[in-house]
Amino acid sequence: MREGYKDAACVVLALAACAVFTYLFLEIEQQWEVAALAIGALAVMLVMRGRAIGTRVERSAAASPRTAVVMTMIAVLIVAAALHESHFALLMLATVALFVTVCLGLTIQFGYAGIVNFAGAAFFGIGCYTTAVLAAHTPLPHIAVIAASGLTAALIGSILILPILRTRGHYAALITIAFGILFKTFLEVNDILGGPQGLKVPGMTLFGWSFNEPVRITDNIEASFYINYVVLAVALAASAFVIAKRLERSWIGLNFDAVRLDETAASVFGIGVARWKILAFTLGNFFTGTAGAVYAMMTGFIAPNSFTFGDSLILVSIVILGGLGNAVGVIPAALLLLVLPEKLQVIQEYRFLLYAVLVILILLYRPEGLLPRRLRDYFPNRRNA
Amino acid sequence: MDPGLAGQYLLNGLMLGVIYAMVAVGFTLFFGVLDVIKFSHGDVVMAGAFVGLATFIGLRDLGIVSSLALLLAVSTAALISMALLGALIARFLVLPLRTAPPLNTLLVTLMLGLALREAVRLFYPNGSNPKPFPRLLPAEAYSFGSFTLRLDSALLLATGLLAIVLVHLLINKTRLGLAIRAVAQDPETAKVMGIDFERVVMITFAIGSALAALAGITNGLYYNEINFGMGLLLGVIGFSAAVVGGLGNIYGAIIGGFLFAGLQTVGAVWFSVPAYKDVFAFAAVILLMAWKPTGLIAEKSAERV
Repeated sequence: MREGYKDAACVVLALAACAVFTYLFLEIEQQWEVAALAIGALAVMLVMRGRAIGTRVERSAAASPRTAVVMTMIAVLIVAAALHESHFALLMLATVALFVTVCLGLTIQFGYAGIVNFAGAAFFGIGCYTTAVLAAHTPLPHIAVIAASGLTAALIGSILILPILRTRGHYAALITIAFGILFKTFLEVNDILGGPQGLKVPGMTLFGWSFNEPVRITDNIEASFYINYVVLAVALAASAFVIAKRLERSWIGLNFDAVRLDETAASVFGIGVARWKILAFTLGNFFTGTAGAVYAMMTGFIAPNSFTFGDSLILVSIVILGGLGNAVGVIPAALLLLVLPEKLQVIQEYRFLLYAVLVILILLYRPEGLLPRRLRDYFPNRRNA
Repeated sequence: MDPGLAGQYLLNGLMLGVIYAMVAVGFTLFFGVLDVIKFSHGDVVMAGAFVGLATFIGLRDLGIVSSLALLLAVSTAALISMALLGALIARFLVLPLRTAPPLNTLLVTLMLGLALREAVRLFYPNGSNPKPFPRLLPAEAYSFGSFTLRLDSALLLATGLLAIVLVHLLINKTRLGLAIRAVAQDPETAKVMGIDFERVVMITFAIGSALAALAGITNGLYYNEINFGMGLLLGVIGFSAAVVGGLGNIYGAIIGGFLFAGLQTVGAVWFSVPAYKDVFAFAAVILLMAWKPTGLIAEKSAERV
C-alpha cells in the first residue's frame, strides 16, 4: 500500500513538472525564452532516458496505468483552466491533443503492426471533409457526425488496404504516397468540395450546447470557447491512448509485434498476417478520421492545402521523434513540433526544413527516438523488489 | 479524333515518357545495387534544373550569348553538381543506414527531399515562385497539317533516349557496369572478388543523379518553367514508374515511364478537367499494384527464412 502512495506521488510530481512546462511554453512570448524552454525540454528528455529518475517515473506510471491517464487528463485540464482567457493557447492545446490522437493511430499502424502510412494527412482530411459535408447538409447530431467521419476514413482505408496487403515494404509505401497525393489533387480540382478555396464547417453542438460560445463560469470569469474543444480533444486523445496501450499489452499487441518483426515467421506460427494488418490499419485510420472531424469543427474552415504530403511527413516526424511505437512519446513530440513553429516566429518559415534535418539526424544517430519504446514486459505485475 | 491532334498528344506523351523513364532508371539503379529507395530523387531532378538555371543567369550576366555554349555549360554544371550530390547522399545518408531497417532509408531520403525542396524555396532568390527557364534550343517548327513538330522537342526526345541507351550500355558493356551488376547481385561475393563496394555504390548514385539532372534540364527546356515543388511529383511518378515496371530492372523502368506518361495522356484526353489526369494516373498505378504486386517485370525474389 505504501508503495502505491509513493508511485502516486511520483507520477503527480512528474505531471506537475510537465504541466508547468506546458503552461510556460504556451504562455510566454519572448522569443529567446521559448527557444531556451524547447532546448531545455529536449535536453531533459535526453538526460532522463535510462536514468534512475526516469525509470522510476515510468515504473510508477506503469504500476497503475488508469490512475496515470486520469491524472494526466486532470493536469491538462488544470493547464487549460490556467490559460482560460487565451484563445490562441487553448487552440494550440486542443490541436496538440488532436494530433496526439492522429499520431497514436499512426503508432498502431507503423509502430505496432509495421504498416507504413505516408498518407496520414489524407486520412485526417477525409475526416475533415466528411464532417464538413455531413454537418452542413444533414441533420445528424454532431457526435454521430464525428463517429461517421472516423468510419469513413476507416472505410476508405479498408479499400486501400487491398493493394497494401498484396505488397510489401517499398511497394506498400508507394501506395500510400500515391494515395496521399491523389487525395490532395482530387480535392483541388473537385468543385463540389469547394476546390482550392475549401469549405466552411459549422461549430460543434452537443445536445443543444453550442461549443462556439464563450463559457461563463461566474459573472466576471469568462473562458474562451476553445476550452470546450480542449475538453473534447483531450477526452478523444485519452480514449485513443487507453485503447492503444491496452492493445499493446494484450495478445493482439503480441500478434502485431510478431507481424512487424517477421511476417514469414509469424505466418509459419499460424498468425493471420492479413487480419492483423487490416485491424491495425483500419483502427489507426479511424483515430485519424475522428480527430480530423473535431479539428474541422474547431477551426471552422478547411482547405486542401492543410492536407499535403509535407503534412503527412510532419505526422511521421512526430511518431519517429517520440520513439517509434512508444505511445507516451508522441505527446511531448507533438507538443514540441506543433507549438514551436507557432511560438517561435523565426522558425515558422523554416519549419519543414528544420524538421527534415532533425529527423535525418535522429535516424542517423538515435533511430529509436527521444523516448524509445521499451521491450515488452512479460510479467507486468512483477516488482523489482 | 483528328490525326494531327492525336499525333500531338502522342508526341507530348513520348516527351513525358522520356523524362519519367530517366527518373525511373535512377530509382531502379539505386534499388539494384543497394536495395534501397532514394526518395529524394525527384528533388535532385529539381535541384539539377535550378543549378542549370543559376548557371545560365550567371553566364548571361557575364555577357555570354551563344546558346550552344550556354546549353553546354548549363548541362555540364547541372550534371556534375548533381552527380556529386548523389555520391554525397550515398556516402553520408544511405551507406551508414545499410544495416538499419529499409524503412529508415526511405524516411531519411524522404526527409532529405523535403529539405532540398525547402532549401530551394527559402534560399534561392524569390524561390517560392515559378521561374522561367530559358529557351536554349532552336525552336523552328515544322507543320504537317494540324501536327506541328518543334525541333527542340525532337532534340530533347533524342537526347533523352540516347542518355538511357548510354546508361544501358554502361551497365552491360563496361568493366564498371560489370562491377555494378556484381554488387547488385551479391554484395558479399563482389567484395570478396576485390570490388570496392562503397565506391561502386557511390558511382552508381552519381550516375543516377546525373541522369536526374538531365531529366530536370529536359523538363525545364520543354516546359520553359521550373518551380521548387516539381520534384515531389516527378519523384513519385518516377518511383511509380520504376515500381510498376518492376524494381531493379532497367527495361521495367523504361516501360513504366512510358506507361505512366501514357496513362496521364489518356487521362488528359478522357476527362474534360485536365487536372484529373494525375488522379486518374495514380489511381491506375494503385490498381496495377494490386494486380501485379511486384511490377510488370517481377523482381526475382526468393525468401530465405
